[in-house]
Amino acid sequence: MSQPTTLFDKIWDAHVVKAMEGGPDAVFIDRHFIHEVTSPQAFDGLRKRGISVFNTQRTTATADHNVPTVNQHLPIQEALSRHQVETLRKNCAEFGIELYDLGHPFQGIVHIIGPELGLTLPGMTIVCGDSHTSTHGALGNIAFGIGTSEVEQVLATQCILQYKPKRMRININGQLQKGVTSKDIILYIISKISASGATGYFVEYAGDTIRSLSMEARMTICNMSIEMGARGGLIAPDEVTFDYIRGRRFAPQGEAFEKALEHWRTLKTDEGAQFDLELDFPAEDIAPMITYGTNPGMGIKVSDHVPNLNEIPESELASYTKSLAYMGLEPGTGLLNKPVDYVFIGSCTNARIEDLRTVAEFVRGKKKAEGVEVWIVPGSVQVSNQAKAEGLDQVFREAGFELREPGCSACLGMNEDKVPAGKYCISTSNRNFEGRQGPGARTFLASPITAAAAAVTGKVTDVRQLV
Amino acid sequence: MSKETLHKLVSTAAPLRIENIDTDQIIPARFLKATTREGFGDNLFRDWRYNADNTPKAGFVLNDPTYTGARILVAGKNFGMGSSREHAAWALHDYGFKVVISSFFADIFRNNALNNFVLPAQVSDAFLAEVFNAVEADPKTEIIVDLENQEIVLENGRKESFAINPYKKQCLMNGYDDIDYLLSLKEEIKAFQEAQVF
Repeated sequence: MSQPTTLFDKIWDAHVVKAMEGGPDAVFIDRHFIHEVTSPQAFDGLRKRGISVFNTQRTTATADHNVPTVNQHLPIQEALSRHQVETLRKNCAEFGIELYDLGHPFQGIVHIIGPELGLTLPGMTIVCGDSHTSTHGALGNIAFGIGTSEVEQVLATQCILQYKPKRMRININGQLQKGVTSKDIILYIISKISASGATGYFVEYAGDTIRSLSMEARMTICNMSIEMGARGGLIAPDEVTFDYIRGRRFAPQGEAFEKALEHWRTLKTDEGAQFDLELDFPAEDIAPMITYGTNPGMGIKVSDHVPNLNEIPESELASYTKSLAYMGLEPGTGLLNKPVDYVFIGSCTNARIEDLRTVAEFVRGKKKAEGVEVWIVPGSVQVSNQAKAEGLDQVFREAGFELREPGCSACLGMNEDKVPAGKYCISTSNRNFEGRQGPGARTFLASPITAAAAAVTGKVTDVRQLV
Repeated sequence: MSKETLHKLVSTAAPLRIENIDTDQIIPARFLKATTREGFGDNLFRDWRYNADNTPKAGFVLNDPTYTGARILVAGKNFGMGSSREHAAWALHDYGFKVVISSFFADIFRNNALNNFVLPAQVSDAFLAEVFNAVEADPKTEIIVDLENQEIVLENGRKESFAINPYKKQCLMNGYDDIDYLLSLKEEIKAFQEAQVF
């Protein structure tokens, strides 16, 4: 019997083409996703070296970061964005890579379309030039974000040179309170261990609370692993995972699926396997969460107060004060009933069909508050079509919410979807950094239902009082 | 691709006493629309460096002529968190920084910096405080970053060693990049791919 091994180690070790004594491993990459923003310089690199793509079948492209979320059938208005999307088209055509361009039925946010199309599978290694690649780990694989030089490595060799991270396991057990979602779980974890608490680690999420979550809810958790510094996060696959994958467009079908399933069922951490760090949190302690500061670790239970100055270590006071000044908040104050100007429901964290269903169920028959602007940006064309098929678009329209076309949108404000300076936006996205949603924009990160509640009441609201 | 190398740098340093500097601050998303690696230095720390009307913000370190010419950036812990955008490393490099000294770096940024011949030199919190104090007391003070001996030396003689993986150290000193190495494994990679069952 071999040494008990973590799932992370099993997958990693099975993909090492060559280990370098005292150096990084050359790791084989099963699936590579690219988009318009972090790929052009990588293709340029290939051209300069005079080399082709190692295996065009293993890379899939889409346009998401920079695309408008209205009138996608028209040419992109903004010249630089248009040029970037056109460059992606040109590069994909020249190097023979499948592109789900604007107008294609599979287009969408790269981390939403991967799982949705069955391109993301258990046991794989997956990379993309985007830090939220960790999302895919929810299906039981090693997925992490990389830089453009590394995108070039993968295009050129289907491998990447990486140091093996340390292993962490985070266990969540127990019953969640009503109104508490997977977004709250991950915001809670990050608030406990800080925005750098998992740097250097790859995280496995485990425990009966995690097991009880749907596939899409698990993706929200893995998505934000990077927000505590982790290289990635994964959840061992189970029946929920296999049911999700069965029948998806590019997943193995029929006999091939059954054969894959045999392998996938072996993908779990052995009893007694050692982690470099193991943390436990009780589900009962998790409440609807909201961030008040300018990194995702600055989060509180929605009913709590922003920390007082005497609760902050002296070495962090300057950064803390700067952050609160940016947010226009005073130490020690509560966020409940704080008026919001914008509500953004979207991003690779929370723009899947379940998120839209949750929001629709909550707002059905209600209206948005006066003066609040509400954008719902679906994660993909498939999500958008599904929402319309279920009549959710009608619910949103009646509530005064604007259902837009798929893209990354106001999560990072690369396109026109920006929150104006000084305005407060409650957002289902993943980052509340200064200027993230537009220069001077102030972001409160929260779950889709907390965001929907704020849209209806016009202020930060504790959904536990409404559900 | 680049034949740039890094051995030993003697330079003044610019202090940025802020923790958790994310890559959105280093280069905001709206400046990621270029399709080449050049020119990002103009927008390095854009929203901290310039007002909305593009006039320089008084009080920001890169607008302080005392620190002009610094090739070393000194920053608070957890530098480079957040987005994987390599544009952050390109912007620092394009601006002229060769070394960032901090007491903690985010993983993806660290890789991106190393791939662009920008050295992320990680020191203890205590030594970082000494570096800040030295640079703020005398902006003309020169810091020695000695990659070969993996050491940072201040003018007052105080020094601390920093860790770097031997492979990455060789890359920086000899101008190698990871793709050169991976391309040399091409036959092994092909064999690996063919042997894959799943």
